[in-house]
Amino acid sequence: MTYDAHFRVWRGDTDAGDLQDYIVEVNDGEVVLDVIHRLQATQTPDLAVRWNCKAGKCGSCSAEINGRPRLLCMTRMNNFGADETVTVTPMRAFPVVRDLVTDVSFNYTKAQQIPAFAPPVGVAPGDYRMAQVDVERSQEFRKCIECFLCQDTCHVVRDHEENKQAFAGPRFLMRISELDMHPLDSRDRKLEAQDRHGLGYCNITKCCTEVCPEGIHITDNALIPLKERVADRKYDPLVWLGSKIFRRGSSTGGARTPGA
Amino acid sequence: MASSGGTGVRAPGRASIGVRTLRTDRWWAAPLATFGFLFGWVVYATVRVCLHSDYWVAKYHYLTPFYSPCLTKSCTPDSALFGRPLPRFPIIIPFAIVSLVFLLGFRMTCYYYRKAYYRSFWAAPPACAVAEPHRRYSGETRFPLVIQNSHRYFFYLAALVALVNTIDLIDSFTQGLGLGNIIMLINVVGLWGYSASCHTCRSIMGGRLNHFSEHPVRYRLWGWVSKLNGYHMQLALGTLVTLAVTDAYIALLAAGAFSDLRIIS
Ligand code: SF4
Ligand code: SF4
Ligand code: FES
Ligand code: FES
Repeated sequence: MTYDAHFRVWRGDTDAGDLQDYIVEVNDGEVVLDVIHRLQATQTPDLAVRWNCKAGKCGSCSAEINGRPRLLCMTRMNNFGADETVTVTPMRAFPVVRDLVTDVSFNYTKAQQIPAFAPPVGVAPGDYRMAQVDVERSQEFRKCIECFLCQDTCHVVRDHEENKQAFAGPRFLMRISELDMHPLDSRDRKLEAQDRHGLGYCNITKCCTEVCPEGIHITDNALIPLKERVADRKYDPLVWLGSKIFRRGSSTGGARTPGA
Repeated sequence: MASSGGTGVRAPGRASIGVRTLRTDRWWAAPLATFGFLFGWVVYATVRVCLHSDYWVAKYHYLTPFYSPCLTKSCTPDSALFGRPLPRFPIIIPFAIVSLVFLLGFRMTCYYYRKAYYRSFWAAPPACAVAEPHRRYSGETRFPLVIQNSHRYFFYLAALVALVNTIDLIDSFTQGLGLGNIIMLINVVGLWGYSASCHTCRSIMGGRLNHFSEHPVRYRLWGWVSKLNGYHMQLALGTLVTLAVTDAYIALLAAGAFSDLRIIS
């Protein structure tokens, strides 16, 4: 089936911009990015849009479609009725560069602030040994394609520009969670998650999980477990007392080579 | 529609779009339904615990969970399985004040309910990608919301209350078997399911470990709890229904509205 769809696309830059109306042809099996490309090819050669893989793997084409943060290349046109208006805007949590392209450098800054994987002293690269069950949990988080849709949706920064300083956002709190669960990471990341990366700002309302195109259970498997680990360290006098008496640092954190 | 110098989605530099959301679906339906359901439940429970009547069916030993354990001299003596160490309660103070405080604390600090009421009562956010109405937001970083980190204590206390409810159930079985016992049984199974699926329970069982390979038993427990945890929302809401149904059934029996359907007398 081929039909003419009504698109509203945000055009503009940092200073000004608005939604503009277009009638564009849509064919069977197409995704929103196809239609945006047709628009570019036939009516608006200067329309700015960022994309690379068209396969949901590079995380470049993040935008908002009918108000919902999504990948342009993974949103099929058959989600919409032929008479439905499809509104496409850039991500609304980041500064716009032009049209559908935003400046996502906030995320790179946050990524840099997270201390890298820290193997235990005396274990050189190449000597890392880990049991599969110990790394399984964090492998889910490695599916992340860094589309930053979760960062865009999280109300902590989306609705409060001033929180960008203090809050790393779901993608990077997930990274801290991954490292804190890592069997070979020797850094204690619990206090810094809370005090330096703003875990406390997250109120577990799960919008990051709702929009993640990789279907990662960000809230349930990364953020809530991290909140529990922080509570162990910071808010639970019993666990603190227990670790003083039994000196068991290893079960709640710290790295050890299996069998060592 | 130039940038208006506001905050959030209207902050300078962001694409200037006047409206708080461009969502076209009925994003308000879910928070509204949650609000209605939770509000209705709280009204029902408040009325019932303040009523001080129709909480115990002496013939079959049915005690509603809203009055369990009955620890005050105001209770009918045979409904007080654990004795009546507390003095008489004036009107308005629920007989089961002790357990109700624990249960309220448990549900208020539950990760699922937090999501539910932050969204539906507090509109922070009302729905994903719908701008919230608040000017400032500090989440759970400071008092009072930093108290949410006490969930683990309420978890242990609520497990005690679930144990009390289990004892009530066993006591009711000493009098035979009727529809009432079955309703109570469903409720108790639900309460254990809700507690066991708790995120804190998941962490205690094994989530806080980094070396599953060294703790095979806890790894397995963690695996089971993780499976249950996937249904935590359903269990959280389902047990509100079973609690209200159990209470209403026992209240109506006690008031003589109908008689229990007996299977074994
Ligand atoms: S769950 Fe936390 S991190 Fe994820 S969107 Fe909500 S507030 Fe942000
Ligand atoms: S966690 Fe999901 S939504 Fe967030 S950046 Fe990674 S893939 Fe995108
Ligand atoms: S173009 Fe690569 S994810 Fe859409
Ligand atoms: S997370 Fe819901 S009861 Fe603990």
